[in-house]
Amino acid sequence: MKIPRFDYHRPESLDEVLVLLAEHGDEAKVLAGGQSLLPMMALRLAAPAHLVDIGRVRGFETVSLGDAAEVTLGALVRQVTAERSPDIARCAPLIHDAAPHIAHRAIRTVGTVCGSIAHADPAAEMPAVALAAGATMVAKSTNGTREIAADDFFLGYLHTALRADEMLAEVRFPVWPATATHAVVEVSRRHGDYALVGLACRVEIDGGVITDAALAFFGVGTTPVRVAEAERVLAGQQLSDDLFAEAANVVSVSLSPGADIHASTGYRRRLAGVLTRRALTRATTHIGGRT
Amino acid sequence: MTTVPVAFAINGGRVEFRVEPRRTLADAIRDDLGLSGTHLGCEHGVCGACTILLDGQPARSCLMLAVQAEGAEITTIEGLAHRDEPHPIQQAMREAHGFQCGFCTPGFLMSAVALLAENPAPTRDQIRAELSGNLCRCTGYQSIIDGVEIAVRLLATTSDGART
Repeated sequence: MKIPRFDYHRPESLDEVLVLLAEHGDEAKVLAGGQSLLPMMALRLAAPAHLVDIGRVRGFETVSLGDAAEVTLGALVRQVTAERSPDIARCAPLIHDAAPHIAHRAIRTVGTVCGSIAHADPAAEMPAVALAAGATMVAKSTNGTREIAADDFFLGYLHTALRADEMLAEVRFPVWPATATHAVVEVSRRHGDYALVGLACRVEIDGGVITDAALAFFGVGTTPVRVAEAERVLAGQQLSDDLFAEAANVVSVSLSPGADIHASTGYRRRLAGVLTRRALTRATTHIGGRT
Repeated sequence: MTTVPVAFAINGGRVEFRVEPRRTLADAIRDDLGLSGTHLGCEHGVCGACTILLDGQPARSCLMLAVQAEGAEITTIEGLAHRDEPHPIQQAMREAHGFQCGFCTPGFLMSAVALLAENPAPTRDQIRAELSGNLCRCTGYQSIIDGVEIAVRLLATTSDGART
């Protein structure tokens, strides 16, 4: 179908964007790349009265290493830019590894990292990556700036902590610690499809012992989901295949993913366990001292 | 009907016109500019038939508003041939019988051109992965991949190999 009518706004500055959002509230949607919003509008699943196109706002397209602790991605950093940025590969390797899984090349040319996070599709990669990495979402409105931790950001299906008058202006990723390793794994019916189940994992290791772990799953609920029970199983333990199998079992019994025409709840649970083992193995194969 | 002005470069020329903001770039290219070589299948980003080059990179013209193309440089299938000389990818597809009904062909060619501009010697697996966002319901894909492989050889032997 054709996209329904809307009032189009093309502000040139962040201040103008925020004034428009303050004025129109939940009647307005921010248009960045539009790779999620425009198909929803074409399918008439969304029909905002106002579109605020941020494509002309300067400064949103930058990846910056402000200080040694964080790498910041502005609202217009394209997925393909993130995929190819050496700074991101080094400082936020989960983004680098997850990006090739996002849809197809032609979508990543235009789609943005922040847009994917703000859209909050629970089967998409970037929300889970933000969760696993402990990213901070920076929301701006005419009332000021709020920093929202990833743990508090994803509230439900396509639903985040952003208020109607706020935009996601940037996302900050803590610079990847030298002690951490990672993996992004997923199973989808075809390359580029949404994952049936996927996992972004971060594991911090000191002398062959896991000091901290984050297991963030996508495609298993109404938001990306961390499995704290399995993370606790891993913490403080020596790397071993038995440990990974135990964590996998805990994941399988902890999650309650939905069923659809592509996969049943039981299949998704099993898959989540398999992916847990696969991700932990992949993340740690280069590390010595395994039992 | 409210319209807004938009201006961009397309296939080497510059265009300026007014569009309704909700008009997709694909519809503007086909209906306002009369370039009907860009095809529309699903109109929600799944089939890849509407793929164009946006500042040299592949993009779905059905998933962009025409107004988002302001200031961009766009290449469509009509921009590939050089005068009467087909682009090597067009020649290669003809040699490989890389199409049957031809509906998906413009999108495949634009994706292939983008791939070869970035990676002039892709493996068969890389070709498959890069073209996985384009659907074909006739060929079974083998002849399309064969076509891209022929294009790799043709481009390696022509002096203007970098031309898109």
